[in-house]
Amino acid sequence: MIVAERKPLNEIKSFVENYKKILIVGCGTCTTVCLAGGETEVKVVASGLRIGFLKEDKEIEILEDCATRQCEPEFVTEIVERVKKEGVEAVLSLGCGVGVNFMADKLETIPVFPGVNTEFFGAAVEPGVWVEMCAGCGNCILHLTGGICPIARCSKSILNGPCGGSKDGKCEISPDVDCGWNLIVERMKKMGTLQRLEEILPPRDWSTSHHGGPRRVIREEIVSLSQEGGESTKAKEAAKEKESGR
Amino acid sequence: MEPKILKSESNLERVLSNGHFAVTVEIGPPMDCNAEIVLEKARLLKGLADAFNITDNQTGVVRLSSIASAVLIISEGLEPVMQMTCRDRNRLAIQSDILGAAALGIRNCLCIVGDHQSFGAAGKMKGHPGAKNVYDIDSIQLVSALKGMRDEGVQQGGDSLEKRPPFFIGAAWTPLGDPIEIRPLRLKKKIEAGADFIQTQGVFDIGEFKKQMKIIVDMGLHECTAILAGIIVPKNLGMLKYMNSSVAGVSIPESLIKRMEQARLKAGDDKKQAKKNQAEEGIRITVELIKQVQEIPGIRGVHIQAIEWEHRVPEILRRAGLIPRPVFPKKGG
Ligand code: SF4
Ligand code: SF4
Repeated sequence: MIVAERKPLNEIKSFVENYKKILIVGCGTCTTVCLAGGETEVKVVASGLRIGFLKEDKEIEILEDCATRQCEPEFVTEIVERVKKEGVEAVLSLGCGVGVNFMADKLETIPVFPGVNTEFFGAAVEPGVWVEMCAGCGNCILHLTGGICPIARCSKSILNGPCGGSKDGKCEISPDVDCGWNLIVERMKKMGTLQRLEEILPPRDWSTSHHGGPRRVIREEIVSLSQEGGESTKAKEAAKEKESGR
Repeated sequence: MEPKILKSESNLERVLSNGHFAVTVEIGPPMDCNAEIVLEKARLLKGLADAFNITDNQTGVVRLSSIASAVLIISEGLEPVMQMTCRDRNRLAIQSDILGAAALGIRNCLCIVGDHQSFGAAGKMKGHPGAKNVYDIDSIQLVSALKGMRDEGVQQGGDSLEKRPPFFIGAAWTPLGDPIEIRPLRLKKKIEAGADFIQTQGVFDIGEFKKQMKIIVDMGLHECTAILAGIIVPKNLGMLKYMNSSVAGVSIPESLIKRMEQARLKAGDDKKQAKKNQAEEGIRITVELIKQVQEIPGIRGVHIQAIEWEHRVPEILRRAGLIPRPVFPKKGG
Protein backbone atom coordinates (compact mmCIF):
# COMPACT_ATOMS: atom_id res chain seq x y z
CA MET A 1 0.00 0.00 0.00
CA ILE A 2 0.96 3.64 -0.12
CA VAL A 3 1.99 4.60 3.38
CA ALA A 4 1.34 8.07 4.69
CA GLU A 5 1.44 9.93 7.98
CA ARG A 6 -0.92 12.64 9.08
CA LYS A 7 0.52 16.12 9.12
CA PRO A 8 0.59 17.95 12.46
CA LEU A 9 -2.74 19.62 13.20
CA ASN A 10 -1.15 23.06 13.42
CA GLU A 11 0.24 22.79 9.93
CA ILE A 12 -3.14 21.63 8.61
CA LYS A 13 -4.85 24.45 10.46
CA SER A 14 -2.56 27.02 8.88
CA PHE A 15 -3.67 25.84 5.42
CA VAL A 16 -7.39 26.23 5.96
CA GLU A 17 -7.91 28.89 8.62
CA ASN A 18 -8.74 31.64 6.15
CA TYR A 19 -11.72 29.94 4.54
CA LYS A 20 -15.31 29.94 5.66
CA LYS A 21 -16.31 26.50 4.49
CA ILE A 22 -13.97 23.57 4.06
CA LEU A 23 -14.39 19.92 3.21
CA ILE A 24 -12.14 17.25 4.68
CA VAL A 25 -11.98 14.20 2.45
CA GLY A 26 -10.51 10.93 3.59
CA CYS A 27 -9.60 8.03 1.36
CA GLY A 28 -11.02 4.59 1.91
CA THR A 29 -8.05 2.70 0.56
CA CYS A 30 -4.34 3.07 1.40
CA THR A 31 -4.49 5.91 3.90
CA THR A 32 -7.34 4.16 5.71
CA VAL A 33 -5.29 1.01 6.08
CA CYS A 34 -2.21 2.85 7.31
CA LEU A 35 -4.36 4.81 9.74
CA ALA A 36 -3.42 8.20 8.35
CA GLY A 37 -6.43 9.42 6.44
CA GLY A 38 -9.51 7.23 6.57
CA GLU A 39 -12.96 7.98 7.93
CA THR A 40 -11.72 7.89 11.52
CA GLU A 41 -8.88 10.31 10.85
CA VAL A 42 -11.27 12.66 9.05
CA LYS A 43 -13.32 12.83 12.24
CA VAL A 44 -10.23 13.35 14.39
CA VAL A 45 -8.89 16.15 12.19
CA ALA A 46 -12.32 17.77 11.93
CA SER A 47 -12.86 17.87 15.67
CA GLY A 48 -9.30 19.02 16.26
CA LEU A 49 -9.82 21.90 13.87
CA ARG A 50 -13.21 22.74 15.34
CA ILE A 51 -11.74 23.02 18.83
CA GLY A 52 -8.86 25.12 17.50
CA PHE A 53 -11.12 27.50 15.62
CA LEU A 54 -13.54 27.74 18.53
CA LYS A 55 -10.70 28.87 20.79
CA GLU A 56 -9.83 31.59 18.30
CA ASP A 57 -13.46 32.55 17.79
CA LYS A 58 -13.27 31.65 14.15
CA GLU A 59 -16.43 30.55 12.43
CA ILE A 60 -15.44 27.99 9.88
CA GLU A 61 -17.82 25.36 8.66
CA ILE A 62 -16.18 21.97 8.39
CA LEU A 63 -17.74 19.27 6.24
CA GLU A 64 -16.58 15.66 6.29
CA ASP A 65 -16.47 13.03 3.60
CA CYS A 66 -14.53 9.97 2.58
CA ALA A 67 -14.05 8.70 -0.96
CA THR A 68 -13.60 5.00 -1.57
CA ARG A 69 -10.50 5.90 -3.54
CA GLN A 70 -9.27 9.37 -4.36
CA CYS A 71 -7.39 8.06 -7.36
CA GLU A 72 -10.32 7.02 -9.54
CA PRO A 73 -12.72 9.30 -11.39
CA GLU A 74 -15.90 7.50 -10.38
CA PHE A 75 -15.28 8.26 -6.71
CA VAL A 76 -13.67 11.66 -7.12
CA THR A 77 -16.48 12.95 -9.34
CA GLU A 78 -18.88 12.67 -6.41
CA ILE A 79 -16.59 14.78 -4.25
CA VAL A 80 -16.15 17.37 -6.98
CA GLU A 81 -19.90 17.65 -7.39
CA ARG A 82 -20.43 18.05 -3.67
CA VAL A 83 -17.80 20.79 -3.51
CA LYS A 84 -19.49 22.73 -6.26
CA LYS A 85 -23.03 22.18 -5.01
CA GLU A 86 -22.35 23.12 -1.42
CA GLY A 87 -20.08 26.07 -2.11
CA VAL A 88 -17.00 24.59 -0.42
CA GLU A 89 -14.10 27.07 -0.49
CA ALA A 90 -11.21 24.68 0.15
CA VAL A 91 -10.64 20.96 0.32
CA LEU A 92 -8.35 19.18 2.73
CA SER A 93 -7.44 15.76 1.42
CA LEU A 94 -6.35 12.98 3.70
CA GLY A 95 -5.61 10.79 0.71
CA CYS A 96 -2.06 10.27 -0.47
CA GLY A 97 -0.39 12.75 -2.79
CA VAL A 98 -2.11 11.09 -5.71
CA GLY A 99 -5.49 11.98 -4.26
CA VAL A 100 -4.49 15.61 -3.75
CA ASN A 101 -3.16 15.85 -7.30
CA PHE A 102 -6.10 14.15 -8.85
CA MET A 103 -8.66 16.32 -7.08
CA ALA A 104 -6.63 19.44 -7.85
CA ASP A 105 -6.74 18.44 -11.53
CA LYS A 106 -10.52 18.23 -11.34
CA LEU A 107 -11.33 21.14 -9.07
CA GLU A 108 -10.09 23.98 -11.27
CA THR A 109 -9.99 27.01 -8.94
CA ILE A 110 -10.77 25.44 -5.57
CA PRO A 111 -7.61 24.83 -3.52
CA VAL A 112 -6.84 21.31 -2.33
CA PHE A 113 -4.47 20.95 0.63
CA PRO A 114 -2.50 17.90 1.69
CA GLY A 115 -3.42 16.64 5.14
CA VAL A 116 -0.89 13.81 5.14
CA ASN A 117 2.74 13.33 4.19
CA THR A 118 2.91 10.57 1.64
CA GLU A 119 5.89 8.41 2.48
CA PHE A 120 6.36 5.26 0.42
CA PHE A 121 5.09 1.92 -0.89
CA GLY A 122 5.37 -0.41 2.02
CA ALA A 123 3.95 -3.14 4.20
CA ALA A 124 2.77 -3.27 7.79
CA VAL A 125 5.48 -5.45 9.27
CA GLU A 126 3.89 -5.34 12.71
CA PRO A 127 1.00 -3.37 14.19
CA GLY A 128 1.91 0.29 13.89
CA VAL A 129 5.13 -0.26 11.91
CA TRP A 130 5.35 0.16 8.16
CA VAL A 131 8.46 -0.44 6.09
CA GLU A 132 9.31 0.73 2.59
CA MET A 133 9.61 -2.17 0.19
CA CYS A 134 9.31 -0.95 -3.38
CA ALA A 135 10.38 2.27 -5.06
CA GLY A 136 8.27 1.86 -8.18
CA CYS A 137 11.30 1.72 -10.44
CA GLY A 138 9.38 0.51 -13.45
CA ASN A 139 11.49 -2.56 -14.18
CA CYS A 140 11.29 -5.06 -11.38
CA ILE A 141 14.37 -7.14 -10.66
CA LEU A 142 13.14 -9.02 -7.62
CA HIS A 143 13.69 -12.32 -9.40
CA LEU A 144 17.43 -11.60 -9.16
CA THR A 145 17.58 -10.65 -5.52
CA GLY A 146 15.58 -13.25 -3.66
CA GLY A 147 12.39 -11.21 -3.72
CA ILE A 148 13.88 -8.40 -1.65
CA CYS A 149 14.33 -5.04 -3.29
CA PRO A 150 17.82 -3.51 -3.33
CA ILE A 151 16.50 -0.29 -4.78
CA ALA A 152 13.98 0.48 -2.08
CA ARG A 153 15.60 -1.29 0.85
CA CYS A 154 19.27 -0.38 0.40
CA SER A 155 20.09 3.22 1.33
CA LYS A 156 22.31 3.49 -1.74
CA SER A 157 20.13 1.42 -4.08
CA ILE A 158 23.20 -0.53 -5.11
CA LEU A 159 22.76 -3.57 -7.31
CA ASN A 160 25.91 -5.43 -6.32
CA GLY A 161 25.79 -5.10 -2.58
CA PRO A 162 26.24 -5.17 0.29
CA CYS A 163 28.53 -2.17 0.67
CA GLY A 164 31.14 -2.08 3.39
CA GLY A 165 28.77 -0.31 5.77
CA SER A 166 26.61 -3.27 6.71
CA LYS A 167 26.93 -4.08 10.40
CA ASP A 168 25.06 -6.70 12.41
CA GLY A 169 22.30 -6.76 9.82
CA LYS A 170 21.83 -3.00 9.96
CA CYS A 171 22.58 -0.27 7.44
CA GLU A 172 25.38 2.21 7.96
CA ILE A 173 22.89 5.07 8.15
CA SER A 174 21.30 3.90 11.39
CA PRO A 175 21.09 0.95 13.76
CA ASP A 176 17.31 1.20 13.30
CA VAL A 177 17.40 0.52 9.58
CA ASP A 178 17.79 -3.01 8.27
CA CYS A 179 20.49 -3.44 5.64
CA GLY A 180 18.53 -4.47 2.58
CA TRP A 181 21.49 -6.35 1.20
CA ASN A 182 21.88 -8.29 4.41
CA LEU A 183 18.25 -9.36 4.02
CA ILE A 184 18.94 -10.39 0.43
CA VAL A 185 22.03 -12.40 1.40
CA GLU A 186 20.32 -14.07 4.33
CA ARG A 187 17.31 -15.06 2.30
CA MET A 188 19.27 -16.32 -0.69
CA LYS A 189 21.49 -18.28 1.65
CA LYS A 190 18.45 -19.99 3.11
CA MET A 191 17.08 -20.69 -0.35
CA GLY A 192 20.43 -22.05 -1.46
CA THR A 193 20.73 -19.50 -4.25
CA LEU A 194 23.53 -17.32 -2.88
CA GLN A 195 25.82 -18.18 -5.79
CA ARG A 196 23.50 -16.23 -8.07
CA LEU A 197 24.88 -13.07 -6.54
CA GLU A 198 28.18 -13.82 -8.28
CA GLU A 199 26.78 -12.33 -11.42
CA ILE A 200 27.58 -8.64 -11.80
CA LEU A 201 24.41 -6.68 -12.38
CA PRO A 202 25.12 -3.98 -14.96
CA PRO A 203 24.14 -0.33 -14.51
CA ARG A 204 20.40 0.07 -14.61
CA ASP A 205 18.40 1.84 -17.21
CA TRP A 206 16.71 4.32 -14.89
CA SER A 207 14.55 5.69 -17.67
CA THR A 208 11.76 3.34 -16.57
CA SER A 209 11.75 5.09 -13.21
CA HIS A 210 10.91 8.71 -12.45
CA HIS A 211 14.30 9.66 -13.91
CA GLY A 212 12.77 9.09 -17.33
CA GLY A 213 10.19 11.82 -16.62
CA PRO A 214 6.59 11.52 -15.41
CA ARG A 215 5.32 8.12 -16.44
CA ARG A 216 2.06 6.70 -17.63
CA VAL A 217 0.68 3.30 -18.28
CA ILE A 218 -1.68 2.74 -21.19
CA ARG A 219 -3.66 -0.46 -21.58
CA GLU A 220 -4.97 -0.25 -25.07
CA GLU A 221 -7.64 -2.94 -24.79
CA ILE A 222 -9.23 -1.12 -21.87
CA VAL A 223 -8.93 2.26 -23.52
CA SER A 224 -10.75 1.00 -26.60
CA LEU A 225 -13.36 -0.89 -24.58
CA SER A 226 -14.30 2.13 -22.52
CA GLN A 227 -14.43 4.41 -25.51
CA GLU A 228 -16.13 2.05 -27.94
CA GLY A 229 -18.21 4.04 -30.33
CA GLY A 230 -16.95 7.22 -28.76
CA GLU A 231 -14.02 9.42 -29.65
CA SER A 232 -11.45 6.79 -28.88
CA THR A 233 -8.92 7.74 -31.50
CA LYS A 234 -6.88 10.14 -29.40
CA ALA A 235 -6.13 7.66 -26.66
CA LYS A 236 -5.40 4.96 -29.16
CA GLU A 237 -3.00 7.13 -31.02
CA ALA A 238 -1.27 7.99 -27.80
CA ALA A 239 -0.98 4.32 -26.96
CA LYS A 240 0.51 3.50 -30.32
CA GLU A 241 2.91 6.38 -30.09
CA LYS A 242 4.15 5.10 -26.76
CA GLU A 243 4.66 1.59 -28.09
CA SER A 244 6.60 2.65 -31.13
CA GLY A 245 8.57 5.23 -29.17
CA ARG A 246 10.15 2.62 -26.92
CA MET B 1 62.14 -10.10 -13.78
CA GLU B 2 60.40 -10.14 -17.17
CA PRO B 3 59.11 -6.70 -17.98
CA LYS B 4 55.32 -6.97 -17.95
CA ILE B 5 53.03 -5.09 -20.21
CA LEU B 6 51.53 -2.43 -18.02
CA LYS B 7 47.91 -1.45 -18.26
CA SER B 8 48.36 2.11 -17.21
CA GLU B 9 50.94 4.79 -16.71
CA SER B 10 50.85 4.47 -12.98
CA ASN B 11 53.88 4.29 -10.73
CA LEU B 12 51.90 2.18 -8.29
CA GLU B 13 51.34 -0.38 -11.01
CA ARG B 14 55.04 -0.40 -11.85
CA VAL B 15 56.00 -0.93 -8.22
CA LEU B 16 53.59 -3.82 -7.90
CA SER B 17 54.42 -5.43 -11.20
CA ASN B 18 58.09 -5.41 -10.24
CA GLY B 19 57.21 -7.46 -7.22
CA HIS B 20 57.69 -4.82 -4.56
CA PHE B 21 55.58 -4.56 -1.44
CA ALA B 22 53.61 -1.40 -2.19
CA VAL B 23 52.84 1.48 0.11
CA THR B 24 50.03 3.96 -0.33
CA VAL B 25 49.17 6.72 2.10
CA GLU B 26 45.97 8.67 2.42
CA ILE B 27 45.88 12.45 2.25
CA GLY B 28 42.73 14.18 3.42
CA PRO B 29 42.00 17.50 1.67
CA PRO B 30 40.89 20.48 3.79
CA MET B 31 37.32 21.72 4.16
CA ASP B 32 38.21 24.99 2.44
CA CYS B 33 40.13 26.04 -0.64
CA ASN B 34 43.52 26.25 1.01
CA ALA B 35 45.86 24.61 -1.47
CA GLU B 36 48.74 25.16 0.92
CA ILE B 37 47.39 22.51 3.29
CA VAL B 38 47.47 19.90 0.55
CA LEU B 39 50.87 21.04 -0.67
CA GLU B 40 52.30 20.96 2.83
CA LYS B 41 51.11 17.40 3.38
CA ALA B 42 52.55 16.52 -0.02
CA ARG B 43 55.97 17.96 0.85
CA LEU B 44 55.96 16.11 4.14
CA LEU B 45 55.20 12.77 2.49
CA LYS B 46 57.07 13.10 -0.79
CA GLY B 47 59.01 9.98 -1.72
CA LEU B 48 57.71 8.00 1.26
CA ALA B 49 55.00 6.04 -0.56
CA ASP B 50 54.33 4.82 -4.08
CA ALA B 51 51.06 6.69 -4.40
CA PHE B 52 48.81 8.85 -2.25
CA ASN B 53 45.06 8.47 -1.97
CA ILE B 54 43.08 11.65 -2.08
CA THR B 55 39.71 11.18 -0.43
CA ASP B 56 36.51 12.31 -2.12
CA ASN B 57 34.23 14.16 0.31
CA GLN B 58 34.82 11.38 2.80
CA THR B 59 32.15 10.74 5.43
CA GLY B 60 29.83 13.01 3.52
CA VAL B 61 31.68 16.23 4.28
CA VAL B 62 32.46 18.80 1.59
CA ARG B 63 36.18 19.10 1.03
CA LEU B 64 38.54 20.41 -1.61
CA SER B 65 37.84 18.13 -4.55
CA SER B 66 39.86 14.99 -5.04
CA ILE B 67 40.74 15.88 -8.63
CA ALA B 68 42.03 19.31 -7.68
CA SER B 69 43.94 17.96 -4.70
CA ALA B 70 45.39 15.22 -6.88
CA VAL B 71 46.67 17.80 -9.35
CA LEU B 72 48.13 19.81 -6.48
CA ILE B 73 50.17 16.88 -5.22
CA ILE B 74 51.29 16.04 -8.75
CA SER B 75 52.79 19.52 -8.85
CA GLU B 76 54.88 18.50 -5.84
CA GLY B 77 56.02 15.35 -7.59
CA LEU B 78 53.74 12.85 -5.85
CA GLU B 79 51.53 10.29 -7.54
CA PRO B 80 47.89 10.48 -6.53
CA VAL B 81 45.22 7.83 -6.29
CA MET B 82 42.09 9.81 -6.97
CA GLN B 83 39.15 8.46 -4.99
CA MET B 84 35.86 8.62 -6.83
CA THR B 85 32.56 7.99 -5.10
CA CYS B 86 29.19 7.19 -6.62
CA ARG B 87 27.32 9.22 -4.04
CA ASP B 88 27.70 12.65 -5.59
CA ARG B 89 27.84 12.06 -9.33
CA ASN B 90 25.83 10.20 -11.90
CA ARG B 91 27.46 8.22 -14.68
CA LEU B 92 27.82 11.31 -16.85
CA ALA B 93 29.62 13.35 -14.21
CA ILE B 94 31.78 10.42 -13.15
CA GLN B 95 33.00 9.68 -16.65
CA SER B 96 33.51 13.32 -17.43
CA ASP B 97 35.60 13.69 -14.27
CA ILE B 98 37.55 10.57 -15.15
CA LEU B 99 38.40 11.99 -18.54
CA GLY B 100 39.31 15.30 -16.96
CA ALA B 101 41.48 13.58 -14.37
CA ALA B 102 43.28 11.60 -17.05
CA ALA B 103 43.87 14.76 -19.06
CA LEU B 104 45.37 16.37 -15.96
CA GLY B 105 47.82 13.53 -15.47
CA ILE B 106 46.10 11.46 -12.80
CA ARG B 107 46.83 7.75 -13.29
CA ASN B 108 45.15 5.88 -10.43
CA CYS B 109 41.49 5.86 -9.54
CA LEU B 110 39.92 4.17 -6.54
CA CYS B 111 36.27 3.39 -7.25
CA ILE B 112 34.09 3.48 -4.16
CA VAL B 113 30.40 3.81 -3.53
CA GLY B 114 30.90 6.45 -0.83
CA ASP B 115 29.55 6.93 2.67
CA HIS B 116 25.91 7.86 2.83
CA GLN B 117 25.40 11.62 3.09
CA SER B 118 23.75 11.18 6.49
CA PHE B 119 27.22 10.51 7.97
CA GLY B 120 28.35 14.13 8.35
CA ALA B 121 31.70 12.87 9.69
CA ALA B 122 29.87 10.57 12.05
CA GLY B 123 28.04 13.41 13.74
CA LYS B 124 31.18 15.46 14.41
CA MET B 125 30.29 17.97 11.70
CA LYS B 126 27.08 19.28 10.29
CA GLY B 127 27.73 17.87 6.83
CA HIS B 128 24.76 17.84 4.49
CA PRO B 129 22.41 15.14 5.75
CA GLY B 130 19.56 16.72 3.78
CA ALA B 131 21.35 16.34 0.47
CA LYS B 132 19.94 14.29 -2.37
CA ASN B 133 22.28 11.46 -3.22
CA VAL B 134 22.95 9.95 -6.61
CA TYR B 135 24.11 6.34 -6.54
CA ASP B 136 23.28 6.00 -10.22
CA ILE B 137 25.88 3.25 -10.49
CA ASP B 138 27.59 1.29 -7.72
CA SER B 139 31.29 0.79 -7.10
CA ILE B 140 31.48 -2.46 -9.06
CA GLN B 141 29.71 -0.88 -12.01
CA LEU B 142 32.08 2.07 -11.75
CA VAL B 143 35.10 -0.23 -11.92
CA SER B 144 33.66 -1.85 -14.98
CA ALA B 145 32.82 1.49 -16.63
CA LEU B 146 36.38 2.66 -16.08
CA LYS B 147 37.79 -0.57 -17.45
CA GLY B 148 35.55 -0.23 -20.48
CA MET B 149 36.90 3.26 -21.10
CA ARG B 150 40.50 2.16 -20.71
CA ASP B 151 40.49 -1.24 -22.41
CA GLU B 152 37.64 -1.08 -24.91
CA GLY B 153 37.65 2.62 -25.57
CA VAL B 154 33.94 2.97 -24.91
CA GLN B 155 31.94 5.05 -22.53
CA GLN B 156 29.44 3.22 -20.35
CA GLY B 157 26.66 4.32 -22.67
CA GLY B 158 28.40 2.83 -25.71
CA ASP B 159 29.92 5.87 -27.40
CA SER B 160 33.54 5.38 -28.29
CA LEU B 161 36.61 7.22 -27.05
CA GLU B 162 39.54 7.96 -29.24
CA LYS B 163 42.07 8.60 -26.50
CA ARG B 164 41.58 6.21 -23.63
CA PRO B 165 42.22 7.16 -19.99
CA PRO B 166 45.30 5.16 -18.86
CA PHE B 167 44.18 4.43 -15.32
CA PHE B 168 45.31 1.84 -12.84
CA ILE B 169 41.94 0.83 -11.42
CA GLY B 170 41.38 0.34 -7.73
CA ALA B 171 38.53 -0.78 -5.54
CA ALA B 172 37.95 -0.97 -1.81
CA TRP B 173 37.20 -4.13 0.10
CA THR B 174 35.89 -4.64 3.62
CA PRO B 175 37.21 -8.11 4.40
CA LEU B 176 35.54 -8.37 7.78
CA GLY B 177 32.30 -6.60 6.96
CA ASP B 178 28.91 -8.19 7.60
CA PRO B 179 27.62 -10.54 6.34
CA ILE B 180 31.12 -11.95 6.32
CA GLU B 181 30.51 -14.94 4.06
CA ILE B 182 29.60 -12.66 1.17
CA ARG B 183 32.85 -10.68 1.31
CA PRO B 184 35.05 -13.04 -0.76
CA LEU B 185 32.34 -13.17 -3.40
CA ARG B 186 32.15 -9.43 -3.47
CA LEU B 187 35.91 -9.16 -3.92
CA LYS B 188 35.66 -11.64 -6.77
CA LYS B 189 33.06 -9.43 -8.44
CA LYS B 190 35.27 -6.36 -8.10
CA ILE B 191 38.14 -8.23 -9.69
CA GLU B 192 35.96 -9.53 -12.49
CA ALA B 193 34.74 -6.01 -13.09
CA GLY B 194 38.36 -4.94 -13.55
CA ALA B 195 39.97 -3.94 -10.26
CA ASP B 196 43.75 -4.00 -10.70
CA PHE B 197 44.36 -3.25 -7.05
CA ILE B 198 42.41 -3.41 -3.83
CA GLN B 199 42.76 -1.31 -0.72
CA THR B 200 41.06 -2.89 2.25
CA GLN B 201 39.19 -1.36 5.13
CA GLY B 202 41.48 -0.87 8.13
CA VAL B 203 42.52 -4.19 9.64
CA PHE B 204 43.14 -4.67 13.36
CA ASP B 205 42.02 -8.23 13.92
CA ILE B 206 44.89 -10.00 12.23
CA GLY B 207 43.59 -13.46 13.13
CA GLU B 208 40.25 -12.93 11.42
CA PHE B 209 41.85 -11.16 8.50
CA LYS B 210 44.21 -14.11 7.98
CA LYS B 211 41.24 -16.48 7.84
CA GLN B 212 39.52 -14.34 5.25
CA MET B 213 42.74 -14.03 3.24
CA LYS B 214 43.15 -17.79 3.26
CA ILE B 215 39.78 -18.07 1.53
CA ILE B 216 40.90 -15.46 -0.98
CA VAL B 217 44.16 -17.25 -1.68
CA ASP B 218 42.35 -20.58 -2.02
CA MET B 219 40.08 -18.95 -4.58
CA GLY B 220 43.18 -17.69 -6.36
CA LEU B 221 41.93 -14.12 -6.22
CA HIS B 222 45.22 -12.72 -4.89
CA GLU B 223 46.78 -13.52 -8.24
CA CYS B 224 44.23 -11.52 -10.20
CA THR B 225 44.61 -8.28 -8.29
CA ALA B 226 47.05 -6.66 -5.87
CA ILE B 227 45.61 -6.53 -2.38
CA LEU B 228 46.89 -3.74 -0.14
CA ALA B 229 45.92 -4.17 3.50
CA GLY B 230 44.36 -1.09 5.07
CA ILE B 231 46.07 0.22 8.18
CA ILE B 232 44.35 2.92 10.22
CA VAL B 233 46.64 4.65 12.69
CA PRO B 234 44.94 4.75 16.11
CA LYS B 235 45.64 7.98 17.96
CA ASN B 236 44.13 7.17 21.31
CA LEU B 237 41.82 4.95 23.31
CA GLY B 238 38.71 6.90 22.36
CA MET B 239 39.38 6.42 18.67
CA LEU B 240 39.97 2.69 19.08
CA LYS B 241 36.77 2.27 21.04
CA TYR B 242 34.79 4.38 18.63
CA MET B 243 36.02 2.40 15.63
CA ASN B 244 35.31 -0.85 17.41
CA SER B 245 31.72 0.02 18.17
CA SER B 246 30.74 2.20 15.25
CA VAL B 247 32.81 1.60 12.14
CA ALA B 248 31.42 -1.18 10.00
CA GLY B 249 33.85 -3.95 9.21
CA VAL B 250 36.33 -2.86 11.89
CA SER B 251 36.65 -4.94 15.02
CA ILE B 252 39.47 -4.27 17.44
CA PRO B 253 40.85 -7.10 19.55
CA GLU B 254 40.48 -6.60 23.29
CA SER B 255 44.27 -6.90 23.67
CA LEU B 256 44.88 -3.74 21.61
CA ILE B 257 42.28 -1.80 23.56
CA LYS B 258 43.94 -2.98 26.81
CA ARG B 259 47.35 -1.84 25.61
CA MET B 260 46.04 1.60 24.82
CA GLU B 261 44.30 1.73 28.18
CA GLN B 262 47.56 0.86 29.91
CA ALA B 263 49.40 3.56 27.98
CA ARG B 264 46.92 6.11 29.16
CA LEU B 265 46.88 4.90 32.76
CA LYS B 266 50.67 5.04 32.99
CA ALA B 267 50.53 8.81 32.73
CA GLY B 268 48.37 9.11 35.83
CA ASP B 269 46.72 12.53 35.97
CA ASP B 270 49.09 14.12 33.51
CA LYS B 271 46.83 14.68 30.53
CA LYS B 272 49.57 15.79 28.21
CA GLN B 273 51.65 12.77 29.01
CA ALA B 274 48.59 10.53 28.58
CA LYS B 275 48.07 11.90 25.11
CA LYS B 276 51.72 11.37 24.28
CA ASN B 277 51.73 7.85 25.66
CA GLN B 278 48.67 6.91 23.64
CA ALA B 279 50.11 8.41 20.48
CA GLU B 280 53.30 6.44 20.97
CA GLU B 281 51.36 3.25 21.65
CA GLY B 282 49.21 3.91 18.57
CA ILE B 283 52.28 4.17 16.42
CA ARG B 284 53.77 1.05 17.95
CA ILE B 285 50.54 -0.83 17.21
CA THR B 286 50.54 0.50 13.66
CA VAL B 287 54.09 -0.63 13.00
CA GLU B 288 53.28 -4.07 14.40
CA LEU B 289 50.15 -4.34 12.26
CA ILE B 290 52.14 -3.45 9.16
CA LYS B 291 54.70 -6.12 9.93
CA GLN B 292 51.99 -8.68 10.61
CA VAL B 293 50.05 -8.09 7.40
CA GLN B 294 53.31 -8.22 5.46
CA GLU B 295 53.54 -11.88 6.47
CA ILE B 296 50.04 -12.78 5.29
CA PRO B 297 50.01 -14.70 2.01
CA GLY B 298 48.29 -12.73 -0.72
CA ILE B 299 49.02 -9.28 0.71
CA ARG B 300 51.07 -7.15 -1.65
CA GLY B 301 51.16 -3.84 0.09
CA VAL B 302 49.72 -1.57 2.75
CA HIS B 303 47.42 1.39 2.54
CA ILE B 304 47.99 3.71 5.49
CA GLN B 305 45.31 6.03 6.75
CA ALA B 306 46.46 8.47 9.40
CA ILE B 307 43.42 10.68 9.56
CA GLU B 308 44.59 14.29 10.12
CA TRP B 309 47.81 12.77 11.42
CA GLU B 310 49.82 12.69 8.25
CA HIS B 311 52.84 14.18 10.01
CA ARG B 312 53.33 10.96 11.97
CA VAL B 313 53.44 8.83 8.80
CA PRO B 314 57.17 9.30 8.01
CA GLU B 315 58.09 7.91 11.41
CA ILE B 316 55.71 4.96 10.99
CA LEU B 317 57.11 4.06 7.60
CA ARG B 318 60.66 4.35 8.83
CA ARG B 319 60.02 2.14 11.85
CA ALA B 320 58.21 -0.37 9.65
CA GLY B 321 61.22 -0.49 7.34
CA LEU B 322 59.20 0.54 4.32
CA ILE B 323 61.41 3.41 3.15
CA PRO B 324 63.14 4.15 0.86
CA ARG B 325 60.65 3.36 -1.89
CA PRO B 326 61.69 1.88 -5.21
CA VAL B 327 62.25 4.44 -7.95
CA PHE B 328 61.67 3.83 -11.64
CA PRO B 329 62.67 6.00 -14.52
CA LYS B 330 59.60 7.66 -15.98
CA LYS B 331 58.75 5.97 -19.25
CA GLY B 332 57.11 7.63 -22.21
CA GLY B 333 55.28 10.84 -21.37
S1 SF4 C 1 12.86 -3.68 -8.32
FE1 SF4 C 1 11.67 -1.83 -8.77
S2 SF4 C 1 9.58 -2.52 -9.03
FE2 SF4 C 1 10.70 -4.21 -8.07
S3 SF4 C 1 10.36 -3.92 -5.88
FE3 SF4 C 1 12.25 -2.83 -6.37
S4 SF4 C 1 11.62 -0.73 -6.85
FE4 SF4 C 1 9.79 -2.00 -6.88
S1 SF4 D 1 24.64 -0.96 4.65
FE1 SF4 D 1 23.32 -2.26 3.42
S2 SF4 D 1 21.44 -1.07 3.10
FE2 SF4 D 1 22.98 0.32 3.85
S3 SF4 D 1 23.82 1.21 2.02
FE3 SF4 D 1 25.14 -0.54 2.53
S4 SF4 D 1 24.29 -2.28 1.43
FE4 SF4 D 1 22.78 -0.65 1.37
